[in-house]
Parts: sequence; structure tokens; C-alpha cells
Amino acid sequence: MRILGEGQYQLDEAEAAQLAPLDLELDAAVDRDDEAAFRTALDGAVRLVRTGTPLPPDELAASDLILPSLDASVDDVRKLLAEDGIHLG
Amino acid sequence: MSVMKRVSLIFRAKANKALDRMEDPRETLDYSYQQQVEMLTRVRRGVADVATSRKRVELQMNSLQKEVARRDNQARDALGKGREDLARAALQNKASLQGQLNDLQGQYSQLQEQEEKLTLASQRLQAKVDAFRTKKETIKATYTAAEAQTRINEAFSGISEEMGDIGLAIQRAEDKTAQMQARAGAIDELLASGALEDHVGGPADNIQAELDRIGAGSDIDAELARMKGELSANAPRQLEANPNGGPSVAEPTDTQAADQPQDG
Repeated sequence: MRILGEGQYQLDEAEAAQLAPLDLELDAAVDRDDEAAFRTALDGAVRLVRTGTPLPPDELAASDLILPSLDASVDDVRKLLAEDGIHLG
Repeated sequence: MSVMKRVSLIFRAKANKALDRMEDPRETLDYSYQQQVEMLTRVRRGVADVATSRKRVELQMNSLQKEVARRDNQARDALGKGREDLARAALQNKASLQGQLNDLQGQYSQLQEQEEKLTLASQRLQAKVDAFRTKKETIKATYTAAEAQTRINEAFSGISEEMGDIGLAIQRAEDKTAQMQARAGAIDELLASGALEDHVGGPADNIQAELDRIGAGSDIDAELARMKGELSANAPRQLEANPNGGPSVAEPTDTQAADQPQDG
């Protein structure tokens, strides 16, 4: 798992399973443009991922899931999902 | 599909697209490494730019702090001279400046936070770039083009994701820095021209001018009073010395009497 702007974490399966409902809430909140619900879901998801083991910085692995940074807004996530918001340098 | 999954797929799609453009997968390694080094430079420059912005905001906060203190003194001064209207104007001005100052304090902590995040990001990227370089040399030395493909894909997606993440962070930092620079430039100009005082809270320099005027005025009043005191002390003696009374002596005495009510 990666939290944008923070780095990668390794989560065990039980922890990863807890992430799924939060991800759905996040998705619904973006669809409804519900900033408050979005914040709650993102806050919960980020907290959960942070309980995982940080991946050593010299490990080169792609993440299964990528979380927006904690201070991201619904709008930021929309831009992220619009695809052209990401440039790989 | 979920947000987190979609974001990760978008990152991956971007990496794959970049990979597809390469004819020889081993070529990817050198090209990618070169980009990583460029990105590292960009991130380090970003850290330096944010630090510069932060320091500039700090200097402006100091200037504003002094202005706030000056308004406070003006208000006290005005109250001491019985001019509540001026004291009120000075305090209103102080409140506006304080608002600006609070705003800058907010900006300052944002910049500080960004600086810390970018510093950490650049350390993370440095570690990943070093790891990539090692892996790149191993892959090039050990594997044929076909065999290398999967290993390259792994390493490349890993580093690409990091690059994408840092690319977003640095973009935000650059936007923020540009925004802060424009703002800071405007505040610098205002502070330098003294216009901030007028701009922010109404006729601030009128306050100082008025206080100066009162200050000068009370000095003059005091001097006048002293002179009048001297004159009235001397007058009887002068009258005695000239019992016939001359216009030269009588006139100032009259003027003094006429002035008296204004003193009180």
C-alpha cells in the first residue's frame, strides 16, 4: 500500500481486509461529492495503513492500492483519477 | 471500482506505457535512471525553493509584528493625549495587520510542513534510485534481453510509482512556492512603500500625523503657557516702573487676558 506523499507500507491480510469497506466509502463520497464523508473515510484508511510495516525505502515494488494523501480533497482525487494528473517524470 | 485501486492502476498504466515505448528493455533502465536523477535534482531544488519562501515569509512576519507594535504604541499615545478617536483608528489598523500576520503564520506552517515532507520524499527517492542503479547493473550483466524483461518490469513499476508520487508532491510544492512568491512580493512592496498601513486599515499614517501634530501642538501650548506666566509675573513690576502706563505695556497684558480662557 502506498499513501501518496508518505511512502509505502506492508499490511497483513486481515488489515488489508479492513481497508476494503473504507475504500467503498471513499468511492461513494467522491461520487456524491461529500467532503465530510470523504474525510472520515480517508482518515480511517490512512490510519489503518499507517499501522502496517513501512516498506524499506530501497525496496522497489509497485503497490496494490494507492491512497490519496491525508490532506487531499474530493477535487484532488478527481484530478488524480482523471489520469492526466500524474506524470512519471 | 474503488478509489485506491483505480489510483494504483493509473500509476501502473503510466509505467507500462513508458515501458512499451522502449525497444530494448535494457535501454529502459538507463533512460529511467537518467530520469530518476533528474527528478532527484528537481526535488532538491524544490526543497531549497520552499525553504527560501519560508524564510521570506518569516522576515515579513517580523516586519508586520513591528507594525503591530507601532500601532499599539500609537493607540496608547493617543489615549494619553485624550484622543480616543485616534486610539480607535490605530487599534482598528492594528487588528487588520494582526489579521495579515495570522494569515502569514498559517502560510508559514504550511511551507514548513511541505519542506519536511519534501525532504523526506527526497531521501526516499534517493534510496530507491540507489537500489534501482544496483538492480540495473545486475540485470544488464546477468540477463539476456528476453530474460531481463520481467525483472525490469518489476523494478520499473516500483520506481515509476515513487516517481509519480514525488512528481505530484513536487508539483504541489512548486505551485505553492510560485503562489507564495507572488504574494510575498506584493507584501514586500507594500511594506517598503509604507502603503500597507493605508491599504490595510484606513488612514494609519493620518493617525501618526495627527499624533505628531498634537505632540507639536502641546509643546507649543506649554511654551505659550510658560511665556504667559513670565509675562504676568513681570507685568506688575513693569506697570510700577511706568506709572503713567504706556501702550507698549498695556497691550500685551490685554492679549494675555484674552488668551487665558483658551488655556483651560
